[in-house]
Amino acid sequence: MEPVYLGILLIWILLFIYAVAGSIDFGTGFWAMYYERRNNVQASRIANNFLSPAWKVTNVFLVLLVVAFVALFPGAAPTLGTLMIVPLCLVLLLLTIRSAFMVYAFSTEKYSRVLTLVSGICGLIIPAILISILPAAIGGFVTVAGDQQYILLDGLLQSPAFYTHIGFGLMTELFISSLFMADYAKEAGDFDTARTYRRNALILGPLTLVIAIAAIFTLIPEAPWMFDNFMDLWGWYTASLFAFAIGYSALWWPSKNRELGQPRMALIFTVIQFGLASLAYGMAHLPYLLYPDVTIYNSFTNETMFHYLLIGFIIGLAILIPVFIWFWRLFFKDKAYLQSDGHDY
Amino acid sequence: MDNVLLSRMLFGTSMAFHIIFATLTVGISLMIFFGELMRVIRKDNDYAVLAKRLTKGLAILLGVAIPTGTIVAVMLSLLWPGFMEIVGQVIALPFQIEIFAFFLESLFLAIYVYAADRLTTPMRIISSFFIAFGAVASAVLITSAHAWMNTPEGFDIINGAITNVNPLSAALSTSFWATSLHVVSTAYMTGAFVLVAVAAYKLMKPSITDAERRYHHKGMLLALIFGLGMSLWTGLTGHDTTVMLYEEIPIKLAAAEGLFETQSNAPLTLFGVPSPEENEVIGGIEIPGLLSWLATYSTDGVIQGLNDFPQEDWPPLIVHTLFNVMVFIGGGLIAISGGGLLYWFLKRKTKDFVFPKWMLAAFVASGPLAMIGIETGWIFSCTGRQPWTIFNIQRTSEAATTSGNLGIIFFFFAVLYAVLLVITSLVLYFYFKRNPLAQDMNAIGS
Ligand code: HDD
Ligand code: HEM
Ligand code: HEM
Repeated sequence: MEPVYLGILLIWILLFIYAVAGSIDFGTGFWAMYYERRNNVQASRIANNFLSPAWKVTNVFLVLLVVAFVALFPGAAPTLGTLMIVPLCLVLLLLTIRSAFMVYAFSTEKYSRVLTLVSGICGLIIPAILISILPAAIGGFVTVAGDQQYILLDGLLQSPAFYTHIGFGLMTELFISSLFMADYAKEAGDFDTARTYRRNALILGPLTLVIAIAAIFTLIPEAPWMFDNFMDLWGWYTASLFAFAIGYSALWWPSKNRELGQPRMALIFTVIQFGLASLAYGMAHLPYLLYPDVTIYNSFTNETMFHYLLIGFIIGLAILIPVFIWFWRLFFKDKAYLQSDGHDY
Repeated sequence: MDNVLLSRMLFGTSMAFHIIFATLTVGISLMIFFGELMRVIRKDNDYAVLAKRLTKGLAILLGVAIPTGTIVAVMLSLLWPGFMEIVGQVIALPFQIEIFAFFLESLFLAIYVYAADRLTTPMRIISSFFIAFGAVASAVLITSAHAWMNTPEGFDIINGAITNVNPLSAALSTSFWATSLHVVSTAYMTGAFVLVAVAAYKLMKPSITDAERRYHHKGMLLALIFGLGMSLWTGLTGHDTTVMLYEEIPIKLAAAEGLFETQSNAPLTLFGVPSPEENEVIGGIEIPGLLSWLATYSTDGVIQGLNDFPQEDWPPLIVHTLFNVMVFIGGGLIAISGGGLLYWFLKRKTKDFVFPKWMLAAFVASGPLAMIGIETGWIFSCTGRQPWTIFNIQRTSEAATTSGNLGIIFFFFAVLYAVLLVITSLVLYFYFKRNPLAQDMNAIGS
């Protein structure tokens, strides 16, 4: 494979990992808050058992994504940076409030409810804002006045694609995290809680599908150049629809606990669906990073740096994978932990 | 206000905020590792108590260090796209490896904190080691990028295009060793003095019980010894850094010292305000020959002055003050910790030994002083590089974004930092108030 394609594939993989991990992380934070308010102590506690050890690790994936992107495609920094400065700074503000308040909430009893409320809501909004950047990256929303570049906020705000993407961000986040929590609770042997989250997933699944399709159709008029590419990629979208159908049906598959179905399978197929659709979206977007000026070719780093980065990745992963596996066993497999009243830190 | 100034303000404020928490986590994670080791070696549960309480503090501090680190990492690309364009081609490696250090730290912290009761003793020690290792590695790696900005190497620019890239010689640029050793020694000394300050504060309270006094006294002595060692090392590494400036970035040294005329037997000037009109530092105290001697080990050594350089290349002269404050604090902390330990050594045999009140007060001051040293040192280093972002390669004005909307963004972040500073202090204060030492001592049985 040519380096530049390997590079963009790497970015896609990282983006995909963060999209899934981030959705689960922020969604779970929201559920922890929601069920605390609804006095469903179990559902909230299990969400926190996942959240407390995991949020830092998820966050590193975000940083990895940003750093890898700038390192591999430094030429995109000026234009993309301008376009994203407002939404990304908003995300940074919310992210900081979210993480800090979550940690504060673990450390105080008195104000814990308020802190959790703020942190849950901030977390809920973050994926929506991140996804809303997508329609902006198809071009046409930046203007130059003098020597300063401005984002055309009103143009963006009048675009239906902007709103469908926000909705899409919210729905996926809540859907995937519900599936994940259903599985996590099942692993913990807490079937009541697993049923609660499964019910969420049942409602959210079709909503997610509808809004995802709406997002694609509202995008087409904004980006006719992507439309031709979409047509060539219909096979991917069909496969992705199939994966969704299989995943959703897995919520009724026979299992030891009848009303639960198999949330693990549902989660896996939903993630596959997500992967297929986002890969197709990415391919339709190529070769542009930002239409029409920035392509992967004119922003790619030099080959020497690319090779060093690749070697760095491989060594880094080789060291980390055993630690990841250990981490997984301690916090995702260990019944004692799953059922514990975890976070006293 | 123009974009460049706003970008500098926003980025500088964010870094200055991140560094408070980042430095503390580097220092405290080492202390936790020590605590775990000592607990096994000395079979003394006081160390278990210490490690436990420090870990709680660390968890709260990281709740701010991690998101603010994320802020500065993303802002680097948003505010300095011109700079990142070169970074991506030349010095991306340390940034990328740093991520793996973050992973290491976050994974092991989660394991150490949430799986503590399921770990064997060796595993617990190993986990605490990797937390400390990940923290210091991230500091060294980011310093590698910072050092490269001062001594950019590992590439050529031919007709405006970057060629002949050598990522390794960029990451290990000339100033890397001196700078990163200085950063590590100062982070460790800051961690130590913050502990000294907390313990001294507790010892000053009249209501303290005997068991608590014993605990705090022991912790404070250890931290003092470590702090003294680290501050002596800081003096050495600071000196190496100064020599590095003399050789590589003479204009920064000249600005730091407020030296206008090139001369041999150059004086070291303490405090005062450098005045370009008068060509001298007004109100400063001169020590003849010392600067030449420090930089070249001979009073005959010639030091270049600011007038040798075009005025448009001068950094803001306020760096003279920043540099003085940093060096003064370095000396002061050696005096405080050295003096305190000497006093203890001479009087330790006396019955019911206690430190006098004024000495405890000085210990309390040592923590904040060290933090001020970190802040002034970094701001000196970054502001002293002006008007360059990459020394002699890229001007700050070429690095900055052309995006609008920066004023309002700056406002929001400034408010956020102020709020976080207040709430974090309150959370720490109330947490330790609600979970007093006696409670942990009873629980762990010391
Ligand atoms: C507690 C903090 C502290 C203390 C007491 C000192 N330093 Fe320092 N110094 C730093 C904390 C620091 C720092 C924050 O870590 C810096 C900022 C950038 C860097 O590389 O390290 C730094 C930078 C720095 C630089 C500039 C490097 C550059 O611009 O790249 C010099 C020349 C010195 N130091 C020299 C000294 C000397 C001679 C000291 C006398 C004891 C001293 N420092 C004490
Ligand atoms: C020399 C000054 C700095 C020191 C000593 C330092 C040190 C640290 C430490 C110890 C942490 C906590 C690590 C963790 O738990 O994961 C941290 C977090 C972070 N720092 Fe800094 N840092 C410095 C400057 C910077 C700069 C300039 C950047 C931007 C490129 C940066 C980016 C980050 C990021 C992204 C995180 C969050 C990592 C995570 O998600 O866990 N730091 N820093
Ligand atoms: C952690 C402590 C640090 C503090 C408090 C700090 C402070 C500052 C300040 C005040 C400025 C604005 C300079 C001015 O306009 O006068 C600045 C600029 C900058 N710093 Fe640092 N800095 C720190 C560490 C770093 C590190 C480790 C890096 C390297 C990755 C870095 C990279 C930059 C860049 C790229 C700029 C903008 C361009 C420029 O003004 O030259 N800083 N920093």
